[in-house]
Amino acid sequence: MHENLNQLAYVYAAYVLGIGGTVALILQSLAAMRRAEARRDRSREL
Amino acid sequence: MHGYANPARFLRLARLLTAPLLIAGAAVTAIVLLWGLTGAPAEQLQGETVRILFIHVPAAWLGMGGWSMIALASLSELVWRHPLAGIAARAAAVPGAVFALICLVTGSIWGRPAWGAWWVWDGRLTSMLILFFLYCGYIALADAEARSGQGGGRIAAIFGLVGAVNIPIIHYSVIWWQSLHQPPSLGMSMLSGNAPMAAPFLLGLLAATFGFSLLFGGVVLARMRTILANQQAEARLRRRAMELADA
Repeated sequence: MHENLNQLAYVYAAYVLGIGGTVALILQSLAAMRRAEARRDRSREL
Repeated sequence: MHGYANPARFLRLARLLTAPLLIAGAAVTAIVLLWGLTGAPAEQLQGETVRILFIHVPAAWLGMGGWSMIALASLSELVWRHPLAGIAARAAAVPGAVFALICLVTGSIWGRPAWGAWWVWDGRLTSMLILFFLYCGYIALADAEARSGQGGGRIAAIFGLVGAVNIPIIHYSVIWWQSLHQPPSLGMSMLSGNAPMAAPFLLGLLAATFGFSLLFGGVVLARMRTILANQQAEARLRRRAMELADA
């Protein structure tokens, strides 16, 4: 028995989750780096 | 390697490389994925779902590559006491876990139309899931060790080395055990000219892996900079507190 699957829907879902996960990882890493480096720079002024 | 044991020297190099790696990685990955989505032909047996390969396979490689980096850095930390090794291992953990999760999720999405099931408990899928759990355990352990200030990173390093036993199990699982999962897409057979896939897919796959690897490198450098900056800030704050207490 063959199901009538729209294969492209699965492809789009995989791309959205794969790209979304990668972009979220990059943004979170850069934001954490900026926060940490700003905190280090502030600590120099104490 | 010990030339970069000095954090100041390493930071100069990391500042120079972080943005170029991320920008080049984003450009290569975007071009390959756009081609994978719109330009690559549908495959004879897998149909349109073959396009998932351009995300799934690089994610699998980086999931395993991340733990390989943790294991090598842990070895360097335990044997040679390289001061940046523990930081490199901790920095690779979250990106490795994210790519292992992307591999599992995209594989599951691919499996539904290809196998008729979202998940099967075969050797490849189960060992990859174990790798994701190992990442979660490593992240929690390394974080707890860093917060407590006890152990000096040795417990997480030993965990990183022991967990590396799972990497060859993942790689050889489709050879050792009967599996719905296809054999390795890339391997030594390519050197003898027996590539298991057509040239356009193979080149696209290599380019996607290269692009995602550049992104992985940029993210690891950014996370190493984060850990180093936090350590420097905490050291300064402790020193300042001691100066105030003495005054």
